Amino acid sequence: MNYNLSEEQKILKKAAHDFLANECPKEQVRQVEEGEQGYSEDLWRKMADLGWMGLIIPETYGGIGGSFLDLTILLEEMGYNICPGPFIPTVVLGSLPILLAGSEKLKAQLLPQIAGGQKIITLALSEIDAGYEAGSVNVTARPDGNGYTIDGTKLFVPYAHVADHIICVARTRESADPKQGISLFVLDAESTGMSCSLLKTLGGDKQCELVFNGAHVAGENVIGNADEGWTTVEETLQKAAIAASAEMIGGAQAVMDMALQYARERTQFNHPIGSFQAIQHHFADMWADINGSRNLLYKTAWKISEGLNADIEVAMTKARVGKTYRRVTILGHQIFGGIGFTKEHDMHLYHKRSIVGDLSFGSADFHYGKIARQLGL
Amino acid sequence: MNFEFTQEETAFRKEVEDFTQRELPDDWDERAFYWPGGYGTMPTFEAEYKEFCDQFNRKLGRRGWLSIGWPLEYGGMNSTMKQAILDDVLTYYRAPAAEISTVISGPTILQAASEEMKQKWLPKIAAGEVRMWLGYSEPNAGSDLASIKTRAVEDGDELIVNGQKIWSTSAHIADYAWLLAKTDPDAPKHAGATLMLVDNKSPGITIRPIENICGIHSFNEVFFDDVRVPKENIVGEMNQGFYCVMLALQYERLFVGTGAFRRVLEELIGYVKATTSNGRPLCEDPLIRNRLAEMAVEIEVMNGFYWKTAWMIDQGLIPELEASVSKMFATELSRTLAGTAMEILGLYGQIERGSRWAQLNGRISIGYMDSISGPIGAGTSEVQRGIIATRGLGLPRR
Repeated sequence: MNYNLSEEQKILKKAAHDFLANECPKEQVRQVEEGEQGYSEDLWRKMADLGWMGLIIPETYGGIGGSFLDLTILLEEMGYNICPGPFIPTVVLGSLPILLAGSEKLKAQLLPQIAGGQKIITLALSEIDAGYEAGSVNVTARPDGNGYTIDGTKLFVPYAHVADHIICVARTRESADPKQGISLFVLDAESTGMSCSLLKTLGGDKQCELVFNGAHVAGENVIGNADEGWTTVEETLQKAAIAASAEMIGGAQAVMDMALQYARERTQFNHPIGSFQAIQHHFADMWADINGSRNLLYKTAWKISEGLNADIEVAMTKARVGKTYRRVTILGHQIFGGIGFTKEHDMHLYHKRSIVGDLSFGSADFHYGKIARQLGL
Repeated sequence: MNFEFTQEETAFRKEVEDFTQRELPDDWDERAFYWPGGYGTMPTFEAEYKEFCDQFNRKLGRRGWLSIGWPLEYGGMNSTMKQAILDDVLTYYRAPAAEISTVISGPTILQAASEEMKQKWLPKIAAGEVRMWLGYSEPNAGSDLASIKTRAVEDGDELIVNGQKIWSTSAHIADYAWLLAKTDPDAPKHAGATLMLVDNKSPGITIRPIENICGIHSFNEVFFDDVRVPKENIVGEMNQGFYCVMLALQYERLFVGTGAFRRVLEELIGYVKATTSNGRPLCEDPLIRNRLAEMAVEIEVMNGFYWKTAWMIDQGLIPELEASVSKMFATELSRTLAGTAMEILGLYGQIERGSRWAQLNGRISIGYMDSISGPIGAGTSEVQRGIIATRGLGLPRR
């Protein structure tokens, strides 16, 4: 075993930490979250210049060819600084299906533009029943001669309003096994027959309702084989769950660091509150919670990087990290007291992220179900 | 990063598995009640197993498995990872595992004692020929260990010990006390104590049993009346006792019975698959599925702390935070697991071993009681949290 990051990973971590501290101050986070666009074009370009968008895209397609563990380390830092924007949608949800199953033509056309930061892409998966299972996919795509016509409503589509391309998961064939008959399509965001509106959500991230009303997509824009798209979605969802977990661990660490600094400075009863056992024990619990989850996260990301089966570890990680982030945030609030309940304080930015992160890609109960099946129950 | 065991470690695990399966009696599963993370149900306590446990221990010793973590020059394998693998496998089978002489005395002697003491004691410990009990706690010195009152006074080549120890686990089946006594009562609170080995057969020692809430005689209270201890039995230097006590803490806190957690989970999974209630298998109940899944996650988290701490020790790093968290987390999980098991078994959870209606050999009722002990013994959860916050995270003390 070896729990050390490689030299390159240490450099990546430090560079990302310093870059975000300078380039993405909290005032900018607030500004971006309050605006409609949901990201800063300037910051997006700088991140692309650092190679972040192409971190796990192979060099052949203009990327850096890094490992999934590298991405995990980067995302932890992005979560630490709650860097807003369509990074996970583009780098994980959007590029992975193309990378995993797309035709050479699609790869050559889209991946270099994603890696270069020129294109934003996202995945339209969830629908009205808000599930992540194949049976929840009811938007239809019917053959129409030279391609398909898509009808139905997608919900919770991250950053669709600023995306250049949308990958739509749609049902092309009814089947007794819901995993059969699902296909993936790449659509241009400007396609006719498709309308997008922002959902009013609690967090600072942007999610959309996407209504397909006879949207046409060419046959060559099917990712992989028609009717056989679900395995690609599953693999993408697994990695997205770990990507979100990495962001959450970073966020939880930031909450603890902020609260630690406050507990050393804030004085009550003539002593820093960090000297009181009640407060100290909260910190011990936060440390144990975060690091227990982080160990699990790294093991899972490492297994994915090595191409090993990580089905149970992915479910364990997503289930636990979501809970960890929420627990740590609540304890953080308890330590900050009244000031943490104000809009001007940063705590709520993290608290909201913890809720969105926990709910995204399956909350704990969803993943407990998967774990139970793997345990043979 | 790399989360794989080496080929050598994997082969070692297999070797320990084979050994343990071969050496344990066929009916061991029905007889051993060790609850993961608990301190009150170790098989060594029960008189009927003493002979077997002594033999088993010596067999471990013959294979060099009681000194795995020690340096090569003292007959060890210099691998805490292997030590951790051994404990993981042994506790999975609820076999006699880590005890005071190997987990505390050996490592402390290695770090603090004279060469003469090392030569005298390490081979005996490594061979499994000597059992020890931990003479730290007193009636008025529990978490506040520095308040001990037991006195040792110099008299020529000897020390004369007077006082009382309590919660002395295994004192009735051990050979020596690993005893902490005050030698300089005028010294500051965290100084002036000395660590020493005291032969249980010394005149003036009285051992009285204390039955724990599981109904097992695990504890004792031990009285010292003018007990003479040769000075050569002092571990490290006179008045350096507290320092010596600290040396093995991180090592000691590593061993929490990880394998036995996994075993209980497996047994509960087997139970809910085989048991029907209200016309359907328990394993189809979504609440039960969720609870067992959550246990699986938390056990995995505990394992993460466990292996990382072992790895850190082998790297020469000091796992100050990790060791305390490992102990705190595992022993609190011990209670959660017992609570989950009790609720899954329902009314059957209360039936004790020996009843024909006992499920899982009645180990849940006894385990539930024992799970109380984990977060109390060997440094309470509150003490661990204090260590994590002050020594680990640098928060101010008061």
